[in-house]
Amino acid sequence: MSSSIDGINAALAATTAWLALGMLGLLRPHSVRWVGRVLFPISAALSLVLAGIGLASVLKAPQAAVLPLGLPDLLFHVRLDPLSGFFLFLLGVTATGISIFSAGYFRTGEGTPPGLMCFQYHLFLASMGAVLLADDAYLFMVAWETMALASYFLVTTHHRLPEIRQAGFLYLLIAHVGALGILLCFGVMHGTGWQFTFDAMRTAHLAPGWSSVAFGLALFGFGAKAGMVPLHVWLPEAHPAAPSPVSALMSGVMLKTAIYGLIRVTYDLLGTIRWEWGLTVLIAGSVTTLFGVLFALMQHHLKRLLAYHSIENIGIILIGLGLSLTYIGTGHPALGALGLAAALYHTLNHAVFKSLLFLGAGSIQHVTGERELGRMGGLARWLPRTAFLFLVGSLAISALPPLNGFVSEWLTFQAALLSPALESGVLRSVIPLAAAGLALAGALTAMCFVKVYGVVFLGAPRAPKETELHDVGRWEQTGMAWLAAGCVILGLAPVPMLRLLDHVARLLIGQSLGSQALRSGWLWLTPVAAERASYNPIVFLVLIVGVTLLTFVLVRRFYHGRLRRAPAWDCGFGGLDARMQDTAEGFSQPIRHMFGPVYEMERHLPSASDAKPRFHLEIRDRFWSVLYLPLAGLVEAVSRQVGRLQAGRISIYLLYSFLTTIFLLLFV
Amino acid sequence: MSLSGVLNQLLQSLLVVAAAPLLMGWVNQCRAWLANRRGPGILQPYRTLHKLFHKDAALAEGASWLFRVNPYIQLGAMVLAASLVPMLAVDLPLAPAADVIALVGVFAVARVFASLAAMDIGTAFGSLGARREMFVGALAEPALLILFFNFSLVSHSTSLTTIVQTLAHQQFVLHASLAFAAVAFVMVLLAENARIPVDNPATHLELTMIHEALILEYSARHLALIEWAVAIKLFVYFAIGIACFLPWGIAQAGDWAAVPLATGLLLGKMALAGAGLAVVETVNAKLRLFRAPEFLATAFLLAMLGLLLHFVLQV
Repeated sequence: MSSSIDGINAALAATTAWLALGMLGLLRPHSVRWVGRVLFPISAALSLVLAGIGLASVLKAPQAAVLPLGLPDLLFHVRLDPLSGFFLFLLGVTATGISIFSAGYFRTGEGTPPGLMCFQYHLFLASMGAVLLADDAYLFMVAWETMALASYFLVTTHHRLPEIRQAGFLYLLIAHVGALGILLCFGVMHGTGWQFTFDAMRTAHLAPGWSSVAFGLALFGFGAKAGMVPLHVWLPEAHPAAPSPVSALMSGVMLKTAIYGLIRVTYDLLGTIRWEWGLTVLIAGSVTTLFGVLFALMQHHLKRLLAYHSIENIGIILIGLGLSLTYIGTGHPALGALGLAAALYHTLNHAVFKSLLFLGAGSIQHVTGERELGRMGGLARWLPRTAFLFLVGSLAISALPPLNGFVSEWLTFQAALLSPALESGVLRSVIPLAAAGLALAGALTAMCFVKVYGVVFLGAPRAPKETELHDVGRWEQTGMAWLAAGCVILGLAPVPMLRLLDHVARLLIGQSLGSQALRSGWLWLTPVAAERASYNPIVFLVLIVGVTLLTFVLVRRFYHGRLRRAPAWDCGFGGLDARMQDTAEGFSQPIRHMFGPVYEMERHLPSASDAKPRFHLEIRDRFWSVLYLPLAGLVEAVSRQVGRLQAGRISIYLLYSFLTTIFLLLFV
Repeated sequence: MSLSGVLNQLLQSLLVVAAAPLLMGWVNQCRAWLANRRGPGILQPYRTLHKLFHKDAALAEGASWLFRVNPYIQLGAMVLAASLVPMLAVDLPLAPAADVIALVGVFAVARVFASLAAMDIGTAFGSLGARREMFVGALAEPALLILFFNFSLVSHSTSLTTIVQTLAHQQFVLHASLAFAAVAFVMVLLAENARIPVDNPATHLELTMIHEALILEYSARHLALIEWAVAIKLFVYFAIGIACFLPWGIAQAGDWAAVPLATGLLLGKMALAGAGLAVVETVNAKLRLFRAPEFLATAFLLAMLGLLLHFVLQV
């Protein structure tokens, strides 16, 4: 067997092995030991292998194969190229951490038994692998739908609760509306003679109008899966409903398969890219980013908050893609490569830190049994390790140097600042506006995570604790530590990563980053040229830590380290209590005040004469009242009209048959 | 990396750390003179620091490692920021480690840690300070970033050394976009350094204070480190302003002879800027807290207008 075939066979074998692991879970569905201590650790090792395969294939030429499966005249085509390799790497790295965490997480209780859950979980993983490997529309859609169904069953693990069934239904509905868009998109792109292999689509030449239609359908379909505004409504419902490792997998990886699909269709299959597409994606991305972060700030349910941040981060990825498409469409492929690299880098970063945060949220929920921020507080005292790992994730998502979130936002800014290269004045000035939106979103994210971390882990406990709490077990800690290490490594070593992404850009755009880029060694990140911009996270970290330690030593050396403990200053009134701290709602109140028109608020304020003063605030997503509820009303009205056909009398039905026969006789 | 570069880097970092309290003392002295008071003298901040370092630290019950580490991180972040901005000469070996975007990131790191530390003990003042600080920062930070983008469009670089070289050592061009950026910068400077009209560094009135609420629980050496970091932050902000808007006199790479002159010029510009800050603080009243967002939104929009103007006017 030649070495060029090895990569794809290994990837297929790993995907199949996942499926087999899932089946093994069904053998002893109620045994937590079997599923947790045996199957999930194996699964984590397998994920690591898959990550290695993906990484290796980024550097290699594309490899394709045809499987002896599928329809008689359309066998399954698979292909492993740098793009799918990169996403397999993302899937593997993230799934490693999540599977290690899951080894300690699942236990028997309400809902699906662990063995069945193990099956669904691995089916979900395998279907995502298959989506990334598919090289024809048929296999892609089969894998895509399997992915949607597997995740639906995972979301409804606690199916006895009505709100979870509702969330699951909403998710399934939007997943299918989106899938319809993707299906139609493949229909538009089909090659000559209704060929549905991706190879045929690559060679088919579409008229510009049709290719824009295909792009619009792809953006709709994949946008629905990714959580692009206004198709985002399922995310804040489905993510909190699912068990935490599943939320981590959905938010960390599944949303990324939608980004993969969009990139695959736009860059690879459609061929000629138009700048109008870039502008559309850029605007959609900016709106999604700001919307996501503004609503995230208003949440007081931890996992809902994280779900809104996923929307925000998808927006940031879309901004990068929009920049890339705009540059390519106007004939600047080298700048387009930078935008694409920024988007892909953020895709990986988000997968790592968001999974970490969801796992952290799961740990908190496991230990305290609480989901509401308003009943937490001071948890760092009982969960010191979880608190530290969560802090790493919070700093990473807040785009603080030297962690990973900063690198990709920095690259996106650099791509945006190259807009003077464009000829069109409108484009040149729209792009900095997007950058301004991104800057605002970044700062608001930092505020949101100070709120989350401060309210959850710092301060005094807001709800009385009946029992002593204990930090989560070793498995959970290891899983989170793996992802936290990812945040640090991706932040400190951006240059090797960017070199890797350069291979993907070369495949898709046929152009690498500019000739001056990445010339300054692996320590110095210079995406365009050294004079233009450079960043070195290691110097950054060493200097801050060095000065911090030096100051510490000097203060001890020249002065002293004497310390005494005293109660916190209570302004002389006495009786400080935990209710005097800011609540999550209080912390974000200034933002609510300032961006008031964005929110649909229902408020009940207490007045001085109330016997029982009550404060009530509910913030709703405007898209429900403006878009979704009218749409649902319309669907209901139409169905009611159609329902009139069903009179329930046999004579009427016979009349229908009669009329149909006449119609057919007349016209066919 | 040349020897002169390393020396220059060391000289600059040490100068900032040593002279930052002096600048603070100068601003306070000017404010005292403008208010017709004698003032404590410009060396007062050093005496305060010395006193604070000698005291025993009182730590609130329930304070975690985050609270104790924060003062050191503040100082570390500000020294890093001070090493990145060209003040005396443009050849700084550390400057390429971070461009303006990363510089904004340094300030963000300091702000986030300060706010987290304030929420650590769980008092009303701590979380109040954290909330206000993060809110002011959430608007000031993007404004700062965007006004830097104005410079990046003019000089085709986000590196501060390149910006200074372009503006100081090439033919003088008046950029309209930079005028907007200058106004926005002054507004951001006032907000980020907790000065009037956004915050008042001299008050402990709970209705209005931001920065003081944030550090209310700190005492002795921890407080001293934070005060020192605050002084360095003001110095660095002045230095950024000087580098961006009045860069003349900053020495070229390898021009070792120009460094003494550059040092003198820097101190002179600092003194002028400090006096200017004192005037601004004296003639303005503090804004109501609810008006602070408008103030900062104005800064943000001015910086944005600068960007658009750059594209409209093509200079």
